[in-house]
Amino acid sequence: MKISREDVLRVAELANLALSEQEVSTLQSQLDHILEYIGKLNELDTTNVEPLAQVLSGVAAGENPALRDDVVVPCDIAKDALAAAPDPAPPYFRVPKVIDRAEGSSGDDR
Amino acid sequence: MSAPTAWTVDSIRAALAGEKTSARELTTEFYARIEKQNASLNAFLALCPERAFAQADRIDALVKAGGSLPPLAGVPMAIKDVIATRGVPTTCGSRILEGYLPPYDATAVARLEGAGAIVLGKTNCDEFAMGSSNENSAYGPVRNPVALDRVPGGSSGGSAAAVAAGLAVAALGTDTGGSIRQPGSFCGIPAMMPSYGRVSRYGLIAFASSLDRIGPFATTVRDAALIMAVIAGRDANDSTSAAAPVADYAAELDKPIKGLRIGIPQEYFGEGMDAAVRQKIEAGIELLKKLGCQPVELKMPHTDYAIAAYYIVATAEASSNLARYDGVRYGLRVPGATLAEMYKKTRGRGFGPEVKRRIMLGTYALSAGYYDAYYKKAQQVRALIARDFAEAFSRVDAIVTPTSPVPAFRLGERTDDPLQMYLADIYTVTGSLAGVPGISLPCGKTPEGLPVGLQIFGNTFGESRVLQLAHSFEKAGGFIV
Repeated sequence: MKISREDVLRVAELANLALSEQEVSTLQSQLDHILEYIGKLNELDTTNVEPLAQVLSGVAAGENPALRDDVVVPCDIAKDALAAAPDPAPPYFRVPKVIDRAEGSSGDDR
Repeated sequence: MSAPTAWTVDSIRAALAGEKTSARELTTEFYARIEKQNASLNAFLALCPERAFAQADRIDALVKAGGSLPPLAGVPMAIKDVIATRGVPTTCGSRILEGYLPPYDATAVARLEGAGAIVLGKTNCDEFAMGSSNENSAYGPVRNPVALDRVPGGSSGGSAAAVAAGLAVAALGTDTGGSIRQPGSFCGIPAMMPSYGRVSRYGLIAFASSLDRIGPFATTVRDAALIMAVIAGRDANDSTSAAAPVADYAAELDKPIKGLRIGIPQEYFGEGMDAAVRQKIEAGIELLKKLGCQPVELKMPHTDYAIAAYYIVATAEASSNLARYDGVRYGLRVPGATLAEMYKKTRGRGFGPEVKRRIMLGTYALSAGYYDAYYKKAQQVRALIARDFAEAFSRVDAIVTPTSPVPAFRLGERTDDPLQMYLADIYTVTGSLAGVPGISLPCGKTPEGLPVGLQIFGNTFGESRVLQLAHSFEKAGGFIV
């Protein structure tokens, strides 16, 4: 097995995913199976091959697509942006407490 | 049961101009069709009649005023549910976005409506466009109108089924690894993936940003071309949208294809292809030869590595893009004592199994110690696949392949083994990684009556050439070859 139960738990932690016991064991075997297949990439020698992250080159696109003039435009979207929030407290999104004062932290909790 | 009228962009235009019908009547007709058939197909997740009739009335007022009609005047369309529509539920087929009302329209949708199209509603899809059968939707699978016990393909299964069943004249889908072309193939209609960057992704809810594309489903190549001309082009809201000029695709459809060199890559005709599919694709290629195209045998040696590279690149990007669903700004929130607990519970409950699997795979591939072995390696192999295409296009004008190795399969037939489902994307993911445009065209049916799809790839921003070949193929009877 390439993937251990601990790997699954570690990755779930990184991905902020709560998984059931059943999901952990299913994912362990499925990810193992998939990664074993993906191992076939190692059959190819890719020394000196530049990784391709994005196919669109400026030339093909007709200009450098990443750059535009820096122009100030109105952006009055706070109300719209909060409209779909599960727990809005205009003009903020409210979330559960991140730092608990009671635990005696002397750090900045604001 | 008499077949409902097969409307096209042109026939609608003529009927409106001649006052044989009104946009309001047409819209009413299409909602009646949806009312009648959606219960069995499950193609639509949400309808927006208020918006549709308001648009219809604008078109009817234009007709009355005797002004010129915009290019898609009165054309009833469906929009895949991963594309944002202001004030109309947009769920991405996921529980985590149940009831979400976007505060803005995607550029592609705004352009369609600006060109006179009528948006009927939102179509079902695999959750966050992750799947090849539409069975990963949190709102139930879509059924294939050609055979109700079969899948419509995925992930844009609802859009394909809606158009194939006549519930919309055309639809927008999205394609990341085959999600327009494969359902087009399974449902027997033309379905086009434009070049990467050809259509703005603004308002397309991201799955894999370096691969995602919006494109049309239609019943004729001409309709696909007319829609492409409306949605293509630079958009200041998408920095990856291309400024390359947009051709008048419909006007160029009749350009001659005689003498064009069509590449037939041997890697796309190997093991694993259904015999009936092979027979139809060979007949399709024969027809293109009869039309004067010159077949050229090609080698695209990295084809066999495309699935492995794709499922690393796409899942890595997805794991990053889907981090935004955390219960803070929109969608589902499952309460937790701490912020971290709230995130985990929300995501654990809100995402379905395939999305979790891909987030896990992508997170793993990007995690410390594995980045070079998986993500960087996959991007290097992506470069080799793009090179295969570049070399091919130095020798040929287009590449012709099957769209899928198999026709539409039965619901539930392939859900147990995710890897087997991924492997069926073999003919579509290559073009996704390379960024080139591709179309799937109906190319006859198997003895069981299931549609076969012929895929034509063109060079980057070579949509015109792809559409010309497709149009000639259609005119010569290729759809029923």
